[in-house]
Amino acid sequence: MAQVSLRKVFKSYEGDVPAVKGIDLEIADHEFVVLVGPSGCGKSTTLRMVAGLEDITSGEISIGGFVVNDVPPRNRDIAMVFQNYALYPHMTVFDNMAFGLTLRRFPKDEIRRRVQNAARILDITPLLDRKPKALSGGQRQRVAMGRAIVRDPQVFLFDEPLSNLDAKLRVQMRTEIKKVHQTVKTTTIYVTHDQVEAMTLADRVVVMNHGVIEQVGRPQELYHRPTTRFVAGFIGSPAMNFLPAQLENSAGALRLNLPNGITFPVPSGRTARYQAYVGRELIFGIRPEHLTEVKPTGKPNLAIFEAKPQVIEPMGMETLVHFWLQENEVSARLDPAVQAEVGCPLPLQADLDQMHLIDPQTDRVL
Amino acid sequence: MNRTLVATGAATAPSRRKIGSIKQERRWALIGAYVALAVFVVFFLTPPFHMLVTSLKSSAEIADFGSNPWTVRSPTLENYRDLLTQGNYVLHFRNSMIVTLSVVVITMVISTLAAFALSRMRFWGSTALATGVFLTYLVPETLLFIPLFQIIGGAGLYNNLFAMILIYPTLTVPFCTWIMIGYFSSIPRELDEAALIDGANHFQMLWKIFIPVALPGILAAIIFAFTVSWAQFLYPMAFLVSSDQMVLTVGIVSDLIRADTFQWGKIMAGALMAAAPPLLVYAFLMDYYIAGLTAGATKS
Repeated sequence: MAQVSLRKVFKSYEGDVPAVKGIDLEIADHEFVVLVGPSGCGKSTTLRMVAGLEDITSGEISIGGFVVNDVPPRNRDIAMVFQNYALYPHMTVFDNMAFGLTLRRFPKDEIRRRVQNAARILDITPLLDRKPKALSGGQRQRVAMGRAIVRDPQVFLFDEPLSNLDAKLRVQMRTEIKKVHQTVKTTTIYVTHDQVEAMTLADRVVVMNHGVIEQVGRPQELYHRPTTRFVAGFIGSPAMNFLPAQLENSAGALRLNLPNGITFPVPSGRTARYQAYVGRELIFGIRPEHLTEVKPTGKPNLAIFEAKPQVIEPMGMETLVHFWLQENEVSARLDPAVQAEVGCPLPLQADLDQMHLIDPQTDRVL
Repeated sequence: MNRTLVATGAATAPSRRKIGSIKQERRWALIGAYVALAVFVVFFLTPPFHMLVTSLKSSAEIADFGSNPWTVRSPTLENYRDLLTQGNYVLHFRNSMIVTLSVVVITMVISTLAAFALSRMRFWGSTALATGVFLTYLVPETLLFIPLFQIIGGAGLYNNLFAMILIYPTLTVPFCTWIMIGYFSSIPRELDEAALIDGANHFQMLWKIFIPVALPGILAAIIFAFTVSWAQFLYPMAFLVSSDQMVLTVGIVSDLIRADTFQWGKIMAGALMAAAPPLLVYAFLMDYYIAGLTAGATKS
């Protein structure tokens, strides 16, 4: 029983700067939820309020069914992993992991059993006698996780735990965290600004921006059906292309007029959805992976247009091509076999079943 | 074509012209450093050496103007023996010990708690209070001893050794608190937060995390408090009059100087022995002290 729920949680700092503006979130038992967003979006503040490290200005947070608004961190039965590890520098790895249990007066052999068990899960048994300064960044991060695991808490809180690691180690530790969660199954709230981390780790992703929740959903859901322009642009790498577009009705079918005289027919299945926006200035969004070289796929709703690549980035498994339609940069993902050259017209195909239309007045996806 | 030829030519006969030598420059720097250090060593060790020589002389030899002040003709330990067996020297030594150790303990308790509160618990006026603590350190004792005289007199503690235990912390607490605020502030806040989540209360956080992590700073503060208390002269001079209440600093000059008779041999022996405890404290804590002086200078 360790669901976490946030109801109308507000947080403002001195000087009335609102950091979190009334968020509602229900996290189920055993769930791995990732809060993601740009810096200053309120994700860390939210996590710290769950931890009890920040007061709540108004609203209610409950853990395992109990309202914890006024409960100090030590009585919330949570464990937290910090960005800079926050290991106690004067203690050995064993003592670092045992500290919380010692303070809670666990019997010695129980402490030893739990620490050794966690050390085995994290593969740090040979390091137990070392001090933190004799460990590498990745090892320190494992110890910080070990310190959380031994407590066997109701909730794990991770505050950007991988940000201080180099790229390769980050990927490796990401897998490690996922593996640990599959083993211990503790409810987890994980904060990151890295959308790849969010997508790969989460059961559900919470995208935050300017102190509010933009969208909550499973990773695939956020990717395929973003509800706001922010989510559409934030999730996915390289980011979604956005182009100004005008919706036109021509003989019962809808048509999109894009910069450089490009026109795309709107798939007939979406006519009813977009009908009300005919004549309006809208934003057309499409992911780079849905702009490709022309290839016979047999799929409906493909539109072919021509672009002049201005930057070509071969990535090995794919080639990224960037071109400009007026002042709008557009990226496309091509098969590496395609011979693209800077400045030479290149026919491209857009998969319009994957397009999005955004109302610029509300920034919502239509 | 020409270019290729030139390039090959250069590769076969590389230029070996010498423009200075790192090795030689380093040697000169080393020599310079040794010379400068030697000057300092001579400069600072001359007074103690003179004290040692004088303390090993008999009164007659000291009084003999024909003798060389830097050498001993017939070394004797009689000055040391007299000090340790006659008079109040041993009592003064004990008094100094009592006062100094008490002051170190009192100072460390007060300033550790104060520094923890001022660096970590944000409360109304904490910043002003931290500055205030430091400002009190700037008031010279030569100004303070007059009002303190009235306070001590009013409390009935004039000519009482324990008055020193009350007064010395006014010198040591502000500076030690200030040192430790610096050390505690350099401890990352995540460490407290980790401890809070691990289940520590504020006292456990201080005892199990802050004190061990800031140990170099605490040792620096201990050395400071010890040295200041041990060497304090003005307050005991002003407030202690009878020999049995005196500490070493005033005991030596008041007991061993009678009118215009200076017992130089005993004065020097007494001063040398009095210098031993701080020396031992430094020797034991030096490594930590140096680490403490440089810690926080760079982010490690």
